[in-house]
Amino acid sequence: MAIRTLASKQTLIRCAAASPVLRQARGLQTFSLPDLPYDYGELEPAISGEIMKIHHQKHHQTYITNYNKALEQLEEAMAKGDSSKVVGLQSAIKFNGGGHVNHSIFWKNLAPAHKGGGEPPHAALGWAIDTNFGSLETLVKIINAEGAALQGSGWVWLALDKELKKLRIETTANQDPLVTKGLQLVPLLGIDVWEHAYYLQYKNVRPDYLSNIWKVINWKYASEVYEKEVA
Amino acid sequence: MQVAVYSSSSYCSALTPHLFMASNSKPKTKLITRGCGPSSSYKKKKKKKVLCQIELKPPPYPTNALEPYISRESLEYHWSRHHRGHVHSLNKQIAGTDLDDMPLEDIILTSYNKGHFLPSFNHAAQVWNHDFFWQSMKPGGGGRPSGQLLQLIERDFGSLERMLMELKAAASTQFGSGWAWLVYKANKLDVGNAVNPLPSEKDNKLVVAKTPNAVNPLVWDYSPLLAIDVWEHAYYLDYEHRRVDYVSTFLEKLVSWEAVSSRLEMAMQRAAKRAREEEKKRMEEDDMIIGDKKAMEVYLNSDEDSETE
Repeated sequence: MAIRTLASKQTLIRCAAASPVLRQARGLQTFSLPDLPYDYGELEPAISGEIMKIHHQKHHQTYITNYNKALEQLEEAMAKGDSSKVVGLQSAIKFNGGGHVNHSIFWKNLAPAHKGGGEPPHAALGWAIDTNFGSLETLVKIINAEGAALQGSGWVWLALDKELKKLRIETTANQDPLVTKGLQLVPLLGIDVWEHAYYLQYKNVRPDYLSNIWKVINWKYASEVYEKEVA
Repeated sequence: MQVAVYSSSSYCSALTPHLFMASNSKPKTKLITRGCGPSSSYKKKKKKKVLCQIELKPPPYPTNALEPYISRESLEYHWSRHHRGHVHSLNKQIAGTDLDDMPLEDIILTSYNKGHFLPSFNHAAQVWNHDFFWQSMKPGGGGRPSGQLLQLIERDFGSLERMLMELKAAASTQFGSGWAWLVYKANKLDVGNAVNPLPSEKDNKLVVAKTPNAVNPLVWDYSPLLAIDVWEHAYYLDYEHRRVDYVSTFLEKLVSWEAVSSRLEMAMQRAAKRAREEEKKRMEEDDMIIGDKKAMEVYLNSDEDSETE
């Protein structure tokens, strides 16, 4: 995790140019809200524009703001050698940093139907899903069931175990990122089952949100990640 | 061990503090949690399968009574979908199991299972939490607490403002779904068989707590006085992502300090009663030990006697 950049000024400039999510502030690498690769309303009717807007501009932004704050405090605490403070900051870093990591993946996991959202995976990932789960339908069923059964807030994931080269379904609580379930796990697809992800539209009926989200899942992105990792 | 606290006939008197309704609001439902009493055990004797239903209790005010702070729409979803859903699922889960004829609190403590939740824990605790939450609010609530409640708040937190700050901080740092609480923590040493040598009412304290998802402070044997639901469904329709605004509004406009005061009174009575019972038990145990020693002395003496003979 990028806690403190030790890179030269030149590298930093290159980083900043290459990635819009990084910027330099007083030598500390901080994060800013990534743009969505589609408009807020483009995922309708599966996910309303209102939900997307609040989810992105308010929720994700708040995770980033608080993550940056926590990192700044962490840097100070480390500079002072205040170990108790360093340890005390871990829960805020895990929650807010996790919120930033998870949402950054989530936006890429979605695509408007007219831009390929909901089109089933082909090639390598398609085969891997059939091999690991029998069929895409079975995978969807398991993910929907796991997501519906998740108590409270959290995420349900399709993960690649890059050591075993196998696909796995995992859930994480709150904003715990997938990596908390194992360093070898790569997120191919993460579905947000926090109430804020669906409440304005689906209210208490999380299963309906889960069945509809497949209409805007960007399998192309998941396939690219998969192919890169198994290559 | 914790289950025993609420067991048998003491259940009603021991638990009404948590189910207490503000004295100035008309209780619309019975305070007893379960719809099963002597008649059901009678039926059981006849070997008929009886399903004890956990009741869905409505809030003690109309669903629009908390407007504009909590909208009718939000309260209706919260009560008639979320709360009802938990009641319905719980009744389905416990039907025909050992939990079936237990009071709700016993189901919670049993299914908490020292942190290794049994399947019915979440629904059981959420039913209890929601009952308790509705009664923590009232139309025209807010203001300042008074009397003994205020005195204890000032004693244990320094000032009302500091307590409210702590409560708000707990609510906003409950990372995910869950609850923020004001609880009465009775004098307890959580270290096995150790006893407090000089127990005193002053050891009992008000504390702020937060719990994830369905967990509530009953599982730690605390007496809850006030609950704030910080699941997103509790505020999302009215406040969207602004949990902080919702919590402030709850404390300024909705909280029923009368309910909190009454719960405190009951919690203190319960703690005092338990302290007396524990003291009595200890004295009885001491008597038994003294009795044993005497018996041993007699035995030793008689042994010596026989040797000298």
